[in-house]
Amino acid sequence: MHEMGIAEGILSSAITAAEDAGATKINEVDITVGVLTEVMEDALHFAWEAIRTGTMAEAAVLNVTMLDARSQCADCGHEWGHDRYSGAQCPSCSGYLVRLLTGRELKIDSIDID
Amino acid sequence: MKVDIEQRILAANDELASANRSRFADHGVFVLDLMASPGAGKTSTILATIDALRDRYAIAVIEGDIASKVDAEKVRAHGIPAVQINTGGACHLESAMIRRAVDTLDLDALDLIIIENVGNLVCPSDFDLGESAKVMILSVPEGHDKPQKYPNIFQVSEAVILNKCDTMPVFDFDEAEFTSVVRSLNGVAPIFPISATKGDGVAEWAEWLAGRIEAAKAEAAS
Ligand SMILES: Nc1nc2c(ncn2[C@@H]2O[C@H](COP(=O)(O)OP(=O)(O)OP(=O)(O)O)[C@@H](O)[C@H]2O)c(=O)[nH]1
Ligand SMILES: [Mg+2]
Ligand SMILES: [Zn+2]
Ligand SMILES: [Zn+2]
Repeated sequence: MHEMGIAEGILSSAITAAEDAGATKINEVDITVGVLTEVMEDALHFAWEAIRTGTMAEAAVLNVTMLDARSQCADCGHEWGHDRYSGAQCPSCSGYLVRLLTGRELKIDSIDID
Repeated sequence: MKVDIEQRILAANDELASANRSRFADHGVFVLDLMASPGAGKTSTILATIDALRDRYAIAVIEGDIASKVDAEKVRAHGIPAVQINTGGACHLESAMIRRAVDTLDLDALDLIIIENVGNLVCPSDFDLGESAKVMILSVPEGHDKPQKYPNIFQVSEAVILNKCDTMPVFDFDEAEFTSVVRSLNGVAPIFPISATKGDGVAEWAEWLAGRIEAAKAEAAS
């Protein structure tokens, strides 16, 4: 629902980094999004195309890598990958004391610039 | 040329949230971020919570809405300081808005700040405000299948309030099914069935909150 604000955050970070590197054009932006965030990939691409116009990222492709969720059990140490719905209980010992390792990421990895 | 950045996209929000959090800790104030759909009973629950805890704690409320100041006025009519934030269309609160609102409050004189987030079951769960705890409300008329549809908000909440329990017979709400799905998403959050406007169950919820406030005070003093 707030993909526009997220896209703005990506654009401003990418432009700052590109300018710091002395670039005049951004070709690609690589980002990672955890599946447990409320960010929808389609909506993000839509927002990206709307806001990049008139900037040095005018033609920049947004490459989105969706990252699966992983949790670890505090009781038995078991580590497992899961979707949005099945991370609360350890599949090995049925314990509820679990720690989320990945799945809530929302980060820019790199940019490709000229 | 490829350049590595490795930066959180919401870095600006997260930094301000951390600053808010240490400011609250310095003043020993417990801050609750209350999230729910429009009309689930956030304001009603806040008023009932105030009534349950006002003899013990000094309370203020931050009201987040897309527009209008009716909720802040309801709280002020209850004799409690309230700050209204209008997000102007944004579907969630961000940490910068909380910082501005908190600037108008006397933190030294407060024990508890309750934030009413914008009515939305989706994005408030992604935004750290610097709160001490996020808690959500689901109301019975919304249906017992909502945890399946909005898992994220149930996962980030430290407690789940089930409001409007007085309407359960009318809506064929399956409380056992609701509880089991919440458990599959969040193994530890307590569930408090309440009727905010009638008062049922509010005492149990308020006791849990008081326990959290005391724990935060003990930590601040140590
Ligand atoms: N029957 C019943 N009605 C309730 C209960 N709690 C709230 N309501 C009613 O639900 C409606 C919405 O309540 P509010 O407290 O304004 O809900 P809200 O979540 O703050 O609403 P917004 O801020 O507009 O999103 C009002 O008409 C309340 O009287 C309850 O426990 N039982
Ligand atoms: Mg309200
Ligand atoms: Zn285990
Ligand atoms: Zn939002």
